[in-house]
Amino acid sequence: MAEVRAEMVANVWKVVAQEGDTVDEGDTLVILESMKMEIPVLAEEPGVVAQLKVAEGDVVQEGDLIAVIDE
Amino acid sequence: MFESVLVANRGEIARRIIRTVRQMGLRAIAVHSEADAGLPFVREADEAVPIGPAHPAQSYLDIGKVLDAARRTGARAVHPGYGFLSESPAFARAVVEAGLTWIGPAPEAIERMGDKINARNLMQEAGVPVAAGTREPVAGAGRAAEAAAAIGYPVMVKTAGGGGGIGMSVARDEAGLVKAYEAAARAAARFAGDGDGAGVLLERYIERARHVEVQILGLADGTVVALGERDCSVQRRHQKVVEESPSPGLTPELRERMLAAAVRAGEAVGYRGAGTVECLVDTEAQDFVFLEMNTRLQVEHPVTELVTGHDLVRAQLLIAAGEAVPPVAEPPGGHAIEFRVYAEDPKRFLPGPGRIEVWKEPEGEGVRVDSGYEAGNTVTPFYDPLLAKLCVHGPTREAALARAREALAAFVIEGPKNNLPFCAELLDRPEFAGGDYDTGLVERMRSR
Repeated sequence: MAEVRAEMVANVWKVVAQEGDTVDEGDTLVILESMKMEIPVLAEEPGVVAQLKVAEGDVVQEGDLIAVIDE
Repeated sequence: MFESVLVANRGEIARRIIRTVRQMGLRAIAVHSEADAGLPFVREADEAVPIGPAHPAQSYLDIGKVLDAARRTGARAVHPGYGFLSESPAFARAVVEAGLTWIGPAPEAIERMGDKINARNLMQEAGVPVAAGTREPVAGAGRAAEAAAAIGYPVMVKTAGGGGGIGMSVARDEAGLVKAYEAAARAAARFAGDGDGAGVLLERYIERARHVEVQILGLADGTVVALGERDCSVQRRHQKVVEESPSPGLTPELRERMLAAAVRAGEAVGYRGAGTVECLVDTEAQDFVFLEMNTRLQVEHPVTELVTGHDLVRAQLLIAAGEAVPPVAEPPGGHAIEFRVYAEDPKRFLPGPGRIEVWKEPEGEGVRVDSGYEAGNTVTPFYDPLLAKLCVHGPTREAALARAREALAAFVIEGPKNNLPFCAELLDRPEFAGGDYDTGLVERMRSR
């Protein structure tokens, strides 16, 4: 299990992956937006998206859980 | 002169405009989002009107809400600052139609220059050199690849309507071009203020170029003057970080040619007010091409103010009121440098919003700080990361650099991540200290 967390305060602009998706290392899970910059959040290892904790329009704080990847 | 000015902006630029408006004895009216209620510009205005939620589309970009605030406060003129609605012809028109004075060029001039493709074509006709590139919007990645092959790689891909580096990238081959095209098309659709700037254009990319821009003023009597240049070659993600005037990379002969071309550019559109003609300079060839014209006050206007002695906001207000801009009796001359203090980590330049626990600005001779925040404020993710502009001035570039070193060391920000350490690192970089740098400088500092 790998947890993917927000690196900074940001708005969730786009949710790209869905729960149940199989992802590779480097695949984009969601795209955050902070201070007029798009910040893609990537899967750090291959696996299945077990949980996706954010929806488009949400505000995430630094350290908030975005997704859980099952290897 | 109108008796009051509504400032349709936020942060440091709202604060800076309000300062001059009040110095001129006029009433300054601020508008602000819910997220910005505690910022200094709201308190320092004579009146402040909340205009909605944090998201710019629901506050600072909402023409109806801004004009409603103007009506309720009896504002007589509107200053748009930079960004947000400053280059929206629709907003300029709505202000004029509401019977208010628009502090900026005519809506037609904004429109003609706002579309970068149109601006490029217009400048070429006016005898201003432009880079090889597309003369109409490029529809689809396939067409973009054909155009890029004709221009020759590397090419710069950008949006016809966008600004601030958003959607811009360099493509070195066809695979890169498709990616760059898609990113630009997406940015064009997302960030275009009026929703009508969805075009993409391609231009030949000049390696090792300097980004140098000329400040122009279109005076009330119709003449256009140039107030020197600013070198903005220190950039990350195609956004400026440091600007200086004069540029250390121009020969007097090239400077003269650029200033003359900028005046021609302004005259070609009957320009009124403050504007900036951005150019790329090939320092090897000592030649330049037109990049774009910004029909508004520029973020980095203080460096021009420090060396010319003009207050550019005051000049904008005088011109909008149809009055003459008095000459400066004794222009200070010398050298000025501006450092943009961003809320971002100094290594990767990723945004770092947060609450400001400690905020201590440097002061002293030749030091000017235009800031938007103070201790206790929270920097939110909704707006751009500019916290403050640290500007230094001295009789020579060396003197200005020495002041910068001291001022940077004395600037204390605790809370949000910030790029003060990057600015200090830049000062120690021989390329920058020596003045012989180009737009690739920051990338070189971050590659090992």
